[in-house]
Amino acid sequence: MINTPTETNLDTVQASPKMAARGVNVYYGDNHAIKDIDLNLYADEVTSLIGPSGCGKSTFLRCLNRMNDTIPICRVSGQILLEDDDIYTSGIDVVQLRARVGMVFQKPNPFPKSIYDNIAYGPRIHGLAAHRTDLDEIVTTSLEKAGLWQEVKDRLDTSGTALSGGQQQRLCIARAIAVNPEVILMDEPCSALDPIATAKIESLIDELSGRYAIIIVTHSMQQAARISRKTAFFHLGEMVEYGDTTEIFTSPKEDRTRDYITGRIG
Amino acid sequence: MAMISFALIRQRSVAVVGGATQQLHSLPRYHGYFAAVRVFIPCIFLFLLWLVGGEAVIENLIISGLPDALKSTNSEQISLVLNRIQLAVQHGEQSTSDANILAAAERYSSLYNKGLWSTFWLTVAIGLTGYYLSKNRTQANFRARNNFEKTMSITLAASSFLAIVVTLGIVASLIFESLRFFQQIPIQDFLFGLHWSPQTALRADQVASAGAFGAIPLFAGTFLISLLAMMVAGPIGLFAAIYLTQYANQRVRAVAKPVLEILAGVPTVVYGFFAALTVAPMLRDAGGAIGVDVASESALAAGLVMGVMIIPFVSSLSDDAITAVPSSLKDGSFALGATKAETISQVLLPAALPGVVGAFLLAISRAIGETMIVVMAAGMRPNLTANPLEAVTTVTVQIVALLTGDQEFDSPKTLSAFALGLALFVITLLLNIAALRMVRKYREAYD
Repeated sequence: MINTPTETNLDTVQASPKMAARGVNVYYGDNHAIKDIDLNLYADEVTSLIGPSGCGKSTFLRCLNRMNDTIPICRVSGQILLEDDDIYTSGIDVVQLRARVGMVFQKPNPFPKSIYDNIAYGPRIHGLAAHRTDLDEIVTTSLEKAGLWQEVKDRLDTSGTALSGGQQQRLCIARAIAVNPEVILMDEPCSALDPIATAKIESLIDELSGRYAIIIVTHSMQQAARISRKTAFFHLGEMVEYGDTTEIFTSPKEDRTRDYITGRIG
Repeated sequence: MAMISFALIRQRSVAVVGGATQQLHSLPRYHGYFAAVRVFIPCIFLFLLWLVGGEAVIENLIISGLPDALKSTNSEQISLVLNRIQLAVQHGEQSTSDANILAAAERYSSLYNKGLWSTFWLTVAIGLTGYYLSKNRTQANFRARNNFEKTMSITLAASSFLAIVVTLGIVASLIFESLRFFQQIPIQDFLFGLHWSPQTALRADQVASAGAFGAIPLFAGTFLISLLAMMVAGPIGLFAAIYLTQYANQRVRAVAKPVLEILAGVPTVVYGFFAALTVAPMLRDAGGAIGVDVASESALAAGLVMGVMIIPFVSSLSDDAITAVPSSLKDGSFALGATKAETISQVLLPAALPGVVGAFLLAISRAIGETMIVVMAAGMRPNLTANPLEAVTTVTVQIVALLTGDQEFDSPKTLSAFALGLALFVITLLLNIAALRMVRKYREAYD
């Protein structure tokens, strides 16, 4: 029923996954939000999580850097591995985990600080820069990687909240990049943006895809098709199907996947 | 009466259309409301008129009817006579043996009774008139609802207008009395004088000091105590707010928040004797034990207790400010691997800062205006000092001292209370405006 990567004939040349879920269940109180998910996420590719609203894809995403910890009634069972370590064992430092697994949210959420301080926030709290010049360097390269440098280089001291929505979202991506993560989680990063800003973010994701494992939740199937190499379809808390994006969209194995893609459920 | 006419007219409106209420322009109950209002408002108006003007009319009648022996052009004399008459009304022949006064007293009570009864019957008559007027207008097409709504909006507007007028009146009286004070004492002496000693001669033949009206020691005392209070309430209130919003679980929060807010409901006089009877002696003994001389009425005691009193202000307003910061900012910070403390100190508090500052300013203006605690715990001695262990006095305490006891209303001593009140009003007004501005500016940023 559920196609886990170990059962399917994916590119076998790939090394061990960057992150992996093994039998993950999530409960909000009595509500069984995520049911027994197995999923491998690889370092150099973009994975899309698609599915109708409330299917658990965002919940699953938030498990990957333990953002669900902030919700008191949320309980997670099963294993989530980052390389070889289970991130839900007590020995794991959540702070370290989140430095390695960054996150970009649905609504751009720059801090009400200057653009410079927004980027420098992460490096400062993790002590990544010994000197001011190092910090300048990190800020510059992060903004360059996020494709925002040309637009803001003359006004780094203006407030991050004064930027346009698309710029704010790229600022948030730059902020996540600045702590040098290995994985970047994106929770519908374009849903609050206009088409042009969306196109910019998408091309940015494309550029970043070689350097970071990117896992993106999206409501737009076109977006998933455009930017991701692998796609996982979630429905009612289950992962119905996982595979190469092209396969999911052209020849889905499951009826439910086909129904969703053709717009019959959702 | 209003209720009866409500019921009657409501029924009548139904009867007019023969029970087919959908033919009425307005619902039956609006016909009822309209009638009730028509009856109630003129009646209450008449009653108020009697309360306000009735006595004055009667007094005038009595005075004009007085025998020449008691007539006088001097208004003080007249009011004295009136007082005697009223005493006679209450106590009969025990109070006076003057036949003229007794006769006047009798006339007074009979007039009073007549007035009361005529007011009563007039009220009934007006009420009935209102009832019949509305009864005649109870037709199918009468727009009772619109009329009622209009009456209501006028009533509500009148109420708010009244509140504003009263406020303006108070401010105006403060300003005019202060101006009278500044005619006698130069304003610069008041604002910059270093010596406060308002004892002036009550009568011209008395020997007394000329009085000194330098308000600086009072304001210094006020600020010293407010500062002490904020040193207590600022950190404790803010930390309590942070704990309650960020660390406490639901159950602790459900208990701790109301308990903290009960602190705001304790009457200030209770804090006052707590300060005077518990904290001040404790401080004095503690000071004695380590060889420091602490006055038994000290700014420190008053400041500490006042600080406790304003903790709930700071904590509940800061709580609101912190809660209003979008949780997405917190998530963003956590997602970057920030700890809770880092998130609070570097993201949450800076974002909530305008609201927190607003909370502090409101708390300060509350502390400045506070009287009871200071009266009881800080003493009455105008003392220009920065030492919190000595007795000081504040603006509010001096106003109390100036206006209680025997006084002459146009002496600079009494008038200076108005000047102090005005100065206090201006300061707290500015603080409040600053605080509200900050809070508003902050709201705009996140809506």
